[in-house]
Amino acid sequence: MSDNRRPGVPDGLDSLIMKIAVCVKQVPEATGQRKIDPSSKRLDRSGEGALNQYDVNAVEEALRIKEANGDQGEVVLISLGPESALDAMRKGLAMGADRAVLVSDAAAAGSDLVATSYALAQALARESADLILFGQQSNDSDGALLWAAVADRLKLPVISQAAELTIAGGKARAKRQTEFGYDVVEATLPAVVAVSDAINEPRYPSLKGIMGAKKKPQDILSLADIGAETGRAGEAGSRTEVLTLNAPPSRGSSQKIEDDGSAAEQILAFLVERKLV
Amino acid sequence: MDLGLSPEQREIQGLAREFAQAEIDPHAAAWDRECRFPAELFRKLGEVGLMGICVPEELGGAGAGFVAYVLALEELSRADAGVGVTVAVHTSAATLPIVAFGSAGQRERFVPPLARGETIGAFALTESDAGSDAASLRTRAARQDDGSWRIDGAKQWITNGGAAGTFILFARSDPQQPGARGISAFLLDAAHVRVDRHTEKLGLNSSSTVDVVLDGAEVPGDRLLHAEGRGFEVAMATLDGGRIGIAAQAVGIARAAYEVASAYALERRQFGQRIADFQAIQWKLADMATEIDAARLLVLRAAWRREQGLSHTVEGAQAKLFASEMARRQTAEAIQVLGGYGYTKEFPVERYYRDAKITEIYEGTSEIQRLVIARELLGLRERSPA
Repeated sequence: MSDNRRPGVPDGLDSLIMKIAVCVKQVPEATGQRKIDPSSKRLDRSGEGALNQYDVNAVEEALRIKEANGDQGEVVLISLGPESALDAMRKGLAMGADRAVLVSDAAAAGSDLVATSYALAQALARESADLILFGQQSNDSDGALLWAAVADRLKLPVISQAAELTIAGGKARAKRQTEFGYDVVEATLPAVVAVSDAINEPRYPSLKGIMGAKKKPQDILSLADIGAETGRAGEAGSRTEVLTLNAPPSRGSSQKIEDDGSAAEQILAFLVERKLV
Repeated sequence: MDLGLSPEQREIQGLAREFAQAEIDPHAAAWDRECRFPAELFRKLGEVGLMGICVPEELGGAGAGFVAYVLALEELSRADAGVGVTVAVHTSAATLPIVAFGSAGQRERFVPPLARGETIGAFALTESDAGSDAASLRTRAARQDDGSWRIDGAKQWITNGGAAGTFILFARSDPQQPGARGISAFLLDAAHVRVDRHTEKLGLNSSSTVDVVLDGAEVPGDRLLHAEGRGFEVAMATLDGGRIGIAAQAVGIARAAYEVASAYALERRQFGQRIADFQAIQWKLADMATEIDAARLLVLRAAWRREQGLSHTVEGAQAKLFASEMARRQTAEAIQVLGGYGYTKEFPVERYYRDAKITEIYEGTSEIQRLVIARELLGLRERSPA
């Protein structure tokens, strides 16, 4: 990554004019039934799209950092996807992000983790952001690895599962949520941070934000625009292949117990019958 | 022909839905039971911009159109019809008439706090003896020597009356002129009116409905809205647009009932199968979904015409007539799908049924809507005011 310090700005003021890139993904609307396209073995994304919920936390965190810095700096949304992904990105713009960059190219379709991380890293390299935020995972494919792969490609430090994030003195300090408690980790900027959904309570986009979002810059870039080699993105650049994709098995018949005072006994009987207690 | 929504309209609909699910759904049953007006909710609605959706940006609104407004109303009403009517009256019966008929000074003074949701608006037309025959109202506005007005009278069933900071109030300014021609509209503050009584209602329990009394309220001369003696025009134009909002409210209530009924039908088992597997239930649900869609299309057509600046008197009346009768019918069917459970307070469908009934009455009864439609279609002149 190129030197991201602005010319003429003393080190100590870096945090005041931070440029924050937030990597976001359009996922199928959570309320809709997920369907698999049997020919491409990909998730059917033809229905309504939404901004991945964890990414909403990442956008919120970026906006809070910017607001804490006197509203100086810039929050840029970056995504890889079909052109329709701009619809979901506009939610981030409506919340307050400054602009959106979508890498959309037929040759990028079907990118796996390796290929996606390559394309995103190429797009991020053009931005030279001081801080790159990710949602911890996407709620469609649940990869939860992309931020690590992107950080590796950019040779930047990475902090994951951030449940609290402080930016000061050119450093990012995060409280990491782990199974056993919290770690406090610090990294020098520029850095990649993947946030957990515990980090904040995202704001609603305001109606003014929604009405104003269409006036904000929204760039759609091809692989050539970001200097990416076509053979390294999309299916051509993918190192994994999806062999089969199956819908989860149905849960079978369930039994509903209405509590008429005997619910506890009925549950116990159910467990005893299956030798679970 | 294009039946699609714009990206902004979809996003505003999505925001209203998300907001309603998080901030209204969890509390609607309790607000109904406790007859509680959730004042703090309207501040939050104001913060995101939902109290001034179709109010121009330069007056503090979001500057979205009337279509976006009715889409949001459907979502809010789906969660709580009382919240829906509060927002509907606040927006289309109190704020928009000031935008349309106010002087520059009145617009700048009264609209921004309403559009931001800092002040709630109310519309005071109805009296005990002046309902559908609104032009027979008796509240009296007498001009004083200094140009101010002294207003005496009583208004009934004023939605938002218990919480409003701005009232559009109609009074007879010329006692020599009976009927519509002697009526003027005024912009009043809460201090000008005395809330006499909170009305107990069948439904819409989270909305405020009060009787207000005017005991010689002293109202400055600059509070006259539109020209003297032309208040009835303000009232009729307001109701023309207001009907569309009530129609959207009815669609929201019916959709809520449909959602509960269809989910229940897929879960409830009798005679060894889900009741959704019985044709009797399938037909009910198919009819509900079809009529809800038909009503929504009428609402959107009327809203679109209003947004385009086209006439919408008949279209609005048709939307309100069909949507409100549909909502009353289909909320009853939803109870039927749930059987005994539907009649209990453990499920929300009995609330939807109670809430739906009023949509056939306020902002013009179904009978008045039919009269409006027939007169326009048949080219009959309105009966001249008595």
